[in-house]
Amino acid sequence: MSITVAVDVRSVSKIFGAGTGQEVTALDDVSVSIAQNEFFTLLGPSGCGKTTLLRLIAGFEHATHGSILLEGAEISALPPFQRPVNTVFQNYALFPHMSVSQNIGFGLEMQGRTKDEVADTVGAMLSLVKMENLKDRQIDQISGGQQQRVALARALAPRPKVLLLDEPLSALDLKLRKEMQVELKRLQHETGITFIFVTHDQEEALTMSDRVAVMNEGRILQVGAPHEIYNRPNDRFVADFIGDTNFISAEIIERDENEIRMRLPSGIEIMIPAPPDLPQSGEITLAIRPEQARIASDGDAVSIQGSLTDEIYIGTDTQYYIDIGTTSPFVVRVQNANGETQRIPPGTSVGISVDAKTIQILRD
Amino acid sequence: MSTEHISNNESFESLEVQAYQREVRRNLLLSTPALIVLFCAASGPLLIMLVFSFLTAGDYGGVKWQFSTEAWFQVAFYRDIFDETVSIANAHVSIFWRSIKLSFLTTLVAFVLGFPTAYFIATRPPETRSLWLFLVTIPFWTNLLIRTFAILEIIRNQGLVNTVLITLGVIDQPLDMLYTDIAILLGMTYVYIPLMILPIYASMERLDFRLVEAAYDLYATRWQVLARVILPLVKPGVVAGSILVFIPSLGAYVTPRILGGGKHLMIGNLIELQFGQGRNWPLGAALSLTLLVIVMGALMVYVRSAQKEGSGHGH
Repeated sequence: MSITVAVDVRSVSKIFGAGTGQEVTALDDVSVSIAQNEFFTLLGPSGCGKTTLLRLIAGFEHATHGSILLEGAEISALPPFQRPVNTVFQNYALFPHMSVSQNIGFGLEMQGRTKDEVADTVGAMLSLVKMENLKDRQIDQISGGQQQRVALARALAPRPKVLLLDEPLSALDLKLRKEMQVELKRLQHETGITFIFVTHDQEEALTMSDRVAVMNEGRILQVGAPHEIYNRPNDRFVADFIGDTNFISAEIIERDENEIRMRLPSGIEIMIPAPPDLPQSGEITLAIRPEQARIASDGDAVSIQGSLTDEIYIGTDTQYYIDIGTTSPFVVRVQNANGETQRIPPGTSVGISVDAKTIQILRD
Repeated sequence: MSTEHISNNESFESLEVQAYQREVRRNLLLSTPALIVLFCAASGPLLIMLVFSFLTAGDYGGVKWQFSTEAWFQVAFYRDIFDETVSIANAHVSIFWRSIKLSFLTTLVAFVLGFPTAYFIATRPPETRSLWLFLVTIPFWTNLLIRTFAILEIIRNQGLVNTVLITLGVIDQPLDMLYTDIAILLGMTYVYIPLMILPIYASMERLDFRLVEAAYDLYATRWQVLARVILPLVKPGVVAGSILVFIPSLGAYVTPRILGGGKHLMIGNLIELQFGQGRNWPLGAALSLTLLVIVMGALMVYVRSAQKEGSGHGH
């Protein structure tokens, strides 16, 4: 009983156009528990069902099957205006006929708070998002970044139990987006409200979240802390979607309790710690992050042999593309420490060295 | 450095102003033919009416070229033909009052019925919206006179409504609906309701329904969403629709003539009477101009109050 559950999604399915013959399954038996005061992110490509899940929690859509609990109470049947949950919309959806203050106070007014209460809370919210100077402006008189702040303040003002954020940063330019990422983290800490954040931007998800759920085709593939998702993807889609990954197929030679021995396409055999539930033989896929591989120098154990096709300088790093006889080249990323880069002419035969512990075995 | 900056800005702004003025001139040129037609077709007759209203009535219609304010006097007052005593022209007052009352009610009923209709159409999938709009405009295909006679057929004592009600045993005696204010109201609402639906629909179509979702999310009930978000945002359409219904209602002629049966006159009928049987063209002209003033006054009051409310949101 250390962590209380804020939102509990239990076996929820959402089928659009049910009974029309053109059924689209947006969510397929999704279950997830989101803890109180957590910054939880739903990450996935467009059409993966992340926004649908958010809209189900907000109450704009109703689940075809399953139930949604808010702090232990069933809310599936409640209309949006009876759920203590607020949304920050992708396009902000600020009321154009109201001022900044009136927008922020709208939810409080609808809750039937007194004029003084509304004024006090609006004042506190304006200072929380640093918009005191612009409180009497109309919405079309403030910038996109400022609209974003007003949208946040408006959704936070009624002190919801859960704040839903539907790709709120996607309309901002890069610099502003970075600022708002920090801002959002700060707001979440200061208010102590559970945030459920929807994005297709993996970097955004990794930098801001306490936990991330990676979604694809209406299912949640993996839930975990950012480092778990990044370092221990359990699915090919997750490994591919988050960060860059080299995929190599390998053949199992033998396995025992703790280790598994396999042969790479190059013919080299390696031993790595064996995860459970793996077959005794057959083909499997290995995932190796570019930055966890090295160009082998003298004395290193060489895992894979290939020939360099390209060398690309990207500022902080240099990427080496190495042909190892598979369809796509193997990528090695090396940090440019001290401004020095290791220059290798294309066509050179190089060895790639990989620490066995960093290799991931994927279920397909 | 900074002064250079400012002067650059200024010259840029003056360029913008020049470009704007050029555009205004070009637009003025393009609209000249329409302005000429409008001037000749609207101002000419108005001028004639103004002149006629200050002349003396001819014995068999027409006018005598003799200056007189008698017509304007008769708009509001009645002079007894025998003893010349002056009293308020009760008939005129009651006709004006009925016209304003019925036009106001027509606008109100058209709004109450038209708003949900416009909302319904605007929330249909885009491919079916044009079908609904098409259905709304179908009555325009038939002549107003014929449509009005159709209503007469429906509501007269042996008409559709009474026959059905009597057959069903709901009533024993036919309801007297024809030749009442209610009949005129019904007829005018039927005739003018598309003029309310179309502008409201045009506003509603541009309404961002995500704002409606946002309001629901912020604890607004359905009525609060309607009053606080939808109505303020489609107000331009409501204002336009109300004007488009109110003004022609005030000057309606055919509908009160047929459905009012000559007993329930409106301003339009009164004016027609002066040019016809009444043989008092100056009075007809004066009444027409009075109607014009009423319409303009109502419009100004309405638009101003609508604007005030709109800007009130800002401060």
